[in-house]
Amino acid sequence: MQGRKNNKEVPGKEVDIKSYKSKAEEKPYLEDLREISSDQRKNMLSAGVDPSHQGRSGTYIQIDHSVVHSKSLYPGLEVMSITEARKKHKWVDNYFWKILSVDADEFTKQAELQPHQGYFLRAKPGVKAVYPLQACLFLNENNIIQNVHNIIIVEEDADVQIITGCATASDVRRGLHIGVSEFFVKKGAKLTFTMIHDWAEDVSVRPRTAALVEEGGMFLSNYICLKPVKNLQMYPKAELIGRGAIARYNSILFAHPGAHLDVGSRVILKSENSRAEIISRVVSGGGDIIARGHLKGEARGIKAHLECRGLMVKKEGMIHAVPELEGSIKDIDLSHEAAVGKIAKDEIEYLMARGLSQSEAQVAIVRGFLDTTIMGLPLELQKAVDDAISACEQDAF
Amino acid sequence: MLRIENLSVSVSGKEVLTDINLEIKKGERLAVLGPNGSGKTSLLMAIMGFSDYKITRGNIIFKGKQINGLSIDERARLGMGIIFQRPPTIRGVRLRQMVNMIKHNDFDTDKEAKGFNLKGFLDRDVNLGFSGGEIKRSELFQLLANSPDLSFFDEPESGVDLENIILVGKVMNRILNKNKDNAGLIITHTGYIFKYVKADRGCVLLGGKIHCLGDPKWILEEVTKYGYEGCITCKGERITRKSRVKR
Ligand SMILES: Nc1ncnc2c1ncn2[C@@H]1O[C@H](COP(=O)(O)OP(=O)(O)O)[C@@H](O)[C@H]1O
Ligand SMILES: [Mg+2]
Repeated sequence: MQGRKNNKEVPGKEVDIKSYKSKAEEKPYLEDLREISSDQRKNMLSAGVDPSHQGRSGTYIQIDHSVVHSKSLYPGLEVMSITEARKKHKWVDNYFWKILSVDADEFTKQAELQPHQGYFLRAKPGVKAVYPLQACLFLNENNIIQNVHNIIIVEEDADVQIITGCATASDVRRGLHIGVSEFFVKKGAKLTFTMIHDWAEDVSVRPRTAALVEEGGMFLSNYICLKPVKNLQMYPKAELIGRGAIARYNSILFAHPGAHLDVGSRVILKSENSRAEIISRVVSGGGDIIARGHLKGEARGIKAHLECRGLMVKKEGMIHAVPELEGSIKDIDLSHEAAVGKIAKDEIEYLMARGLSQSEAQVAIVRGFLDTTIMGLPLELQKAVDDAISACEQDAF
Repeated sequence: MLRIENLSVSVSGKEVLTDINLEIKKGERLAVLGPNGSGKTSLLMAIMGFSDYKITRGNIIFKGKQINGLSIDERARLGMGIIFQRPPTIRGVRLRQMVNMIKHNDFDTDKEAKGFNLKGFLDRDVNLGFSGGEIKRSELFQLLANSPDLSFFDEPESGVDLENIILVGKVMNRILNKNKDNAGLIITHTGYIFKYVKADRGCVLLGGKIHCLGDPKWILEEVTKYGYEGCITCKGERITRKSRVKR
């Protein structure tokens, strides 16, 4: 059975690292982002990154292997490339491969052996920024590999929002993106991290992500992937190592025909009274999705919930939900809810009885299903996401 | 407005309505009484065109047009509307969005919501976690926004507390009186709603068949006295006799 076959994670599925170019043309640093091309600007905007800095506390933009812009506009926030950060702060090395293992798979190895930059974002202790920081990892050349290593540190009692948009130039068809990201949310700190993926039909993507959340810290991670992509496999993990730490993962995914998305979120609750929530909404518009989730409770008084809903809108495609709960001590509360189905006929007919056509009813239901209000996205970002949802609907119906 | 001729309907292969003949004239209100499971909801679903309710015989004629083959939305756009007894939840679609999609231009969503005690519900998902009474109010709110020429009310009083039943009655009258020709079909199991909304004619539906047709007040009196079991033996004769005497 197809489902059974897909149950096991196959990190390398269909990716041949050697088939991508490892050299890319050097891109110049742009002091003034108005110099960015209009095609790049358009594609960045639809991934939630605004090159005008409007309503942002800082910006990092990397095109292929070059850092083209990096600037903080808010005191107490650091924004720079990872190479610059390692030069500036000796201690950054201590965070390298601290919570991910370099030999975890061929992609982590690749990221270490052939690094192409990545960003370093840090909020100093107690810094609370109103506007989000933004980072963009952009593929401008066809057929290249981009390996980045990102480090994000939110120091004690700081509170920051980060938007990461990944996008390609309009004429890029094929590429491979490997993104290693290590997040550190210190005592009492809060990080809201929103990642929007806006790749192309034949791009493969391998994020490798882990987060460490200390006492009273809060890590909210939103992931949105609504545009075509060839194959994407990731299973980010958060470890809650301090009392009362919180992690929340929200994901919304849409699989276009021919796409293969194997996406999960995992939280290991290692300390007392820590909490976690994993919510995913996935729609197959003809492509395949494996939606995973894993909660592991190892300390007293923890509470965590996993919810995965899948919607099939075409005859083709499949959705396989794989929720896992693991408890190794009593006095814990882990729960999950999973549902996969097509759009319910009674819902469509209900809306039709109010005068909506069948396709209007379907659009309303899918749009409602992909509701992002729980993510609490900034207004401008909400617009980019709404546009992406509309584009999916046009493809699906 | 609506004529139903020799209508038989099946749900998953089982006949739930047999040889129904009914007419609702312009401006008229017809009450359909009947015990649970007698086919009242099925009748409305078949008229609206819900796919589970298959017409095996007969015709539905609305505004002079045979509509058997029309889709639900086509029927709705011709001027039919309904409040459902058990509507589904539409996740992620707020009541406000729903109403704004279906409303007539002159409907003031926020102002009306206040009058329905639904202000706080506008930004909630349609029917998600609504109580019985809240569903009724939300359904009526949508129907008023939609403002059809022919309205179907499926047990408007069920699950509604005493305070709110007055509100329910008021809204039903507003919907029915909006235009002189507006008509309605009111389904009720208990008949309580007649205290607030007057019906012109009534009938009893039993085991998928129409048993008698006449003055709704008399039908209710009979049903109260003898129960719906009384209808089985009577077959509408008492009502017919009463009507004759009155004439
Ligand atoms: N969707 C359905 N699937 C199966 N049986 C149904 C369905 N709808 C109605 N029925 C059956 O049809 C009969 C009439 O039901 P209904 O029209 O709901 O009655 P009422 O509204 O008078 O209580 C009942 O026996 C009921 O079980
Ligand atoms: Mg009923």
